[in-house]
Amino acid sequence: MLSAAEWQTIAISLKVAGTAVAGILPPGVAVAWLMARHDFRGKALLDGVLHLPLVLPPVVVGYLLLLALGRQGWLGHWLDRLFGITLPFTWQGAAVAGGVMAFPLLVRAVRLSLEAVDVKLEAAASTLGAGRWRVFFTITLPLAFPGLVTGSLLAFARALSEFGATITFAANIPGQTRTLPLALYTLIQTPGREAAAARLCALSIAIAMLSLLVSEWLARRARHRLQERDG
Amino acid sequence: MPNANHDGLHLDIRKRQGAFLTEAALSTPGRGVTALFGPSGSGKTTLLRLIAGLDRPDAGVVRLGDETLSDARTGRHVPPHRRRLGVVFQEARLFPHYRVRGNLTYGMPAGGAANFDDLVALLGIGKLLERFPATLSGGEARRVAIGRALLSQPRLLLMDEPLTGLDGARKQELLHYIARLTRRIDIPVIYVSHDPEELVSIADRLVLLDQGRVLTAGPLDEVLTRLEFSDALGGFDAVSLLTARLEAHDTAYGLTRLRLADGQPLVVPAIDRRPGDSVRLRVPVRDITLALGTPAPTSDLNRLEVVIERIARSTTDAATVDVGLRLGEARLRARLTRHACHALGLREGMAAIAVVRNITPAAG
Repeated sequence: MLSAAEWQTIAISLKVAGTAVAGILPPGVAVAWLMARHDFRGKALLDGVLHLPLVLPPVVVGYLLLLALGRQGWLGHWLDRLFGITLPFTWQGAAVAGGVMAFPLLVRAVRLSLEAVDVKLEAAASTLGAGRWRVFFTITLPLAFPGLVTGSLLAFARALSEFGATITFAANIPGQTRTLPLALYTLIQTPGREAAAARLCALSIAIAMLSLLVSEWLARRARHRLQERDG
Repeated sequence: MPNANHDGLHLDIRKRQGAFLTEAALSTPGRGVTALFGPSGSGKTTLLRLIAGLDRPDAGVVRLGDETLSDARTGRHVPPHRRRLGVVFQEARLFPHYRVRGNLTYGMPAGGAANFDDLVALLGIGKLLERFPATLSGGEARRVAIGRALLSQPRLLLMDEPLTGLDGARKQELLHYIARLTRRIDIPVIYVSHDPEELVSIADRLVLLDQGRVLTAGPLDEVLTRLEFSDALGGFDAVSLLTARLEAHDTAYGLTRLRLADGQPLVVPAIDRRPGDSVRLRVPVRDITLALGTPAPTSDLNRLEVVIERIARSTTDAATVDVGLRLGEARLRARLTRHACHALGLREGMAAIAVVRNITPAAG
């Protein structure tokens, strides 16, 4: 039904988006917790910086990534020298671009759900002998789980559809960094490939619908479990 | 209290919250139930949070036994999870994503399962173990919260108005459980309340708070008979307490016979306790009549020989006087009309007969 090239595109897309979400989940939850539970100097500034990828043109983000993580970049230079890691023009680079673009969406969703967790329950847990980490992993995180699922799916969808930052930072290399949106863009640019473009377009819609359904199913399951508990 | 500083709680703190200043010093013994009593806004919950370590004092110290829990001067502050104090909050605060069993075992130290079954039975929550908190009634949730706090094997149990928001019957039921429990456990309990009825049932000692200050502290029956605190005691002035030992049940008449510490007998409507039990009785201050010399036979069951210790005019009602009575080591209060007091020529130091029209066991 699908050609080998199409399968490859899907595989790259899922790999890139999955890696992006897995990579930003731990720091995303940490930052969300910091924002939800603490007041500190420069919180408003940090909040602004976190939201930058949402309001900047993606190409600008890609270009900044290139400046920072390129082989000559201040961070990329060290990554190359110390670990032999090169990010630009690799699928890992595409994952970084997707992760950076998806980060604010993840943090936002997780932060909202963390804020909804009653701090009185956390205080009760601490009087029962639970230290900070135990309180977080046994009380805070489980109660914020629905928000974590929503945030992850949102971030996944965002990373999957990432175009501007990806093409700037990771380029459009067939079999390596050519994700679904990049492949579609390439086909549109090629005369006579309208049919193939249409197929990819349909594929994009199918994947988007599928992730929506999965997210809806997970959310319904979480709600159902809570309802069971409400009797 | 000679051992107050040894295994009991000692605190001497100052804490400002907005316009409200709490400045209190108190020591409680290492056993029994100490009630913090006062109107809302008197600083009860502030003290409880400082003891639990949920807040830090601006100045002063909190000590439990030999251990300093908070000391504003050195900056020492043992965090709540290292204090080993059990807290029962006003709202039960059960974890919604754990079953009752999971809630109960949450704070249980390794090897602490030994008294799990006992406590579950004592609190009557055995049937609830596999349910989620959202399916529990208010009274059930409070009982689980009490069990959860106790299973963490605390050195001290703090209870913050655990009966708030329950209706009459549920309240009586839970009060019964708490009263039974506090007689069984051997850790000290600090019980915060603004309801006199609860304290009469379970407290051994009373700390009277008002506007962030300690007015007085002492054994409950003693504080109850202190006439100068009538106002602060609020609803409390309505009763005083007697403790008596149950001697026998009189099934023919449906009565129970008891004896006071000074040897005087008492008869009350049958109560559900065993001979030899120590029973706490409440005597409403308006249900005592004083007589000089032996009064003619009346239908009242109880007549007690007393000595008039103090006579004080009521601060709220010019027509009445509060009379402090003494019988052995025990004390009672009676409220008479000022007219009756004058007509009888009552004076401090006189012996009299107290005819008690109404005497009931305290709940629990």
